[in-house]
Amino acid sequence: MKCQHCDKQAVFHITELESGSVRELHLCEDHARSYLNQSEVAAAAADEEAEGKPKGGGLTGPLGVGQTADELALLDQRSCEMCGITFFEFRNQGRLGCPHDYAQFEKELEPLIANIHGATEHTGRRPDRGPGGLPEGTEELTAVIGLRRGMKEAIGREDYEQAREQRDAIRAIEERWLGGAGTAAQGGP
Amino acid sequence: MRLESLTQSIGEWLRGTGPESDIVMSSRVRLARNVAHFPFVSRASEQDRADVERLLRERIAATPLGKGLEYIDVGRLEEIDRQFLVERQLISREHAEAQGARGVAIDRMEQVSLMINEEDHLRIQCMHSGLDLKAAWEQIRAVDDQIGTLVPYAFHPRFGYLTACPTNVGTGIRVSVMLHLPALVITRQIDKVFRSLHKISLAVRGLYGEGSQAMGDFYQISNQTTLGRTEEELLEQVGDVVPVLIDYERRAREFLVRETQQNVHDQVSRAYGILRTAQTISAEETMQLLSRVRMGVLLGLIGDVKIADINTLLVRTQPAHLQKLRGVELDTNDRNIERARYLRHHFEGGGTAGSSVN
Repeated sequence: MKCQHCDKQAVFHITELESGSVRELHLCEDHARSYLNQSEVAAAAADEEAEGKPKGGGLTGPLGVGQTADELALLDQRSCEMCGITFFEFRNQGRLGCPHDYAQFEKELEPLIANIHGATEHTGRRPDRGPGGLPEGTEELTAVIGLRRGMKEAIGREDYEQAREQRDAIRAIEERWLGGAGTAAQGGP
Repeated sequence: MRLESLTQSIGEWLRGTGPESDIVMSSRVRLARNVAHFPFVSRASEQDRADVERLLRERIAATPLGKGLEYIDVGRLEEIDRQFLVERQLISREHAEAQGARGVAIDRMEQVSLMINEEDHLRIQCMHSGLDLKAAWEQIRAVDDQIGTLVPYAFHPRFGYLTACPTNVGTGIRVSVMLHLPALVITRQIDKVFRSLHKISLAVRGLYGEGSQAMGDFYQISNQTTLGRTEEELLEQVGDVVPVLIDYERRAREFLVRETQQNVHDQVSRAYGILRTAQTISAEETMQLLSRVRMGVLLGLIGDVKIADINTLLVRTQPAHLQKLRGVELDTNDRNIERARYLRHHFEGGGTAGSSVN
């Protein structure tokens, strides 16, 4: 395959998430180097020029219209109560930290999801939780991630009372959802 | 499982059977799933990954389908064995190159593969030879149901199945069809076709998925969006466009035979000639030439080669397969020499008559 900017062999194959779609770049070593060295802003401008079309905000760009740098900086510092990932980390990696992020950052993710998929409502298959009366959504079970973190921190400051409470809470939730094959059973405090 | 035993077969995607198998190599459906009470893989601690791996391995083994599966601990495999699984499309390159506890469960037919701790905790894949998305979908739905009753998949009432990357959220489904489109490449129509596919939000990828380049005129067409449409609608989105592509490719092949018979005959004969006589040859060149010979056979320009043989060579001449067949590790230079020897040996006997005009 040829580089998309010259006749040399393309040796770098880059997948960019942007404007609600995935864009693939096939570049020779020289063009890949200059592409990767450009700052995000410069790259965006160059692409815009090269492709003759404006780009919307992607995973790594600002999310909505009218967001000031200050607002974005504040948003970046927000973190997930369960896994601790900051919004900044997500923007950098393009990967979320845990299922709770979809609830924690729901407002911020919604325009992004709408961009990618052109929709924000799932219409496909849904889990069948059986007769146990468990809800469809798994927020309650995902809370275990935060409890586990809290338990570790409690052990760290030698607050065993608190750690025990958290272990019991984890056990109760895991028992309900997994029938006692959870992780709190092994190696708890 | 002894991986060596797999070298004797060629795996589902190269079986070369099924509907439209002159153009459609394979139909594949994959689902991305996560366990609700662990961080996604990229944020999971070593302990988390080990816990997820154990939970999924044990629960998959406890399903009815579990009995027919072989589990491979990918984290403990040598690099060459991981590469071997990638070449057979049983694991992704990302999974091969990842760190920490991870594994894959596969069935004996190599149709089902369950990757644990790839980008998501669980990636279920079903692959069928030829154009048969419906069979792949029905099989994967059954697998997903069985595991889903034992594993609480992360789910959000509005966003659906939750995934590490928002590009997969909702159904978590990727429907893809691998096509062999040499005539569209030769007649330079391929870019035009791809541009129109992008316009209807379909993605085009190379042989080995995301980020891989197209080798040997093999292309994967798949859906880009996963939310807001049902699984069946997404299957249809991909399934509907495939007959159109098949038609384009057939017409391009007919055009080549009708208008440029001598040229195309020359091209495939030269490709065949190089494969039978080269003394050193790269994997990439081999695939490119095999692709042309494959087309030549289908057009009746080469008479003494079977499509199944070409499919076998496509996988056995790849680096890890070649080394496993030879039983030794080889550097690139030695591999290229060994590959040429393997090809010459293969075509010996049947290959002396050369190509025949029909």
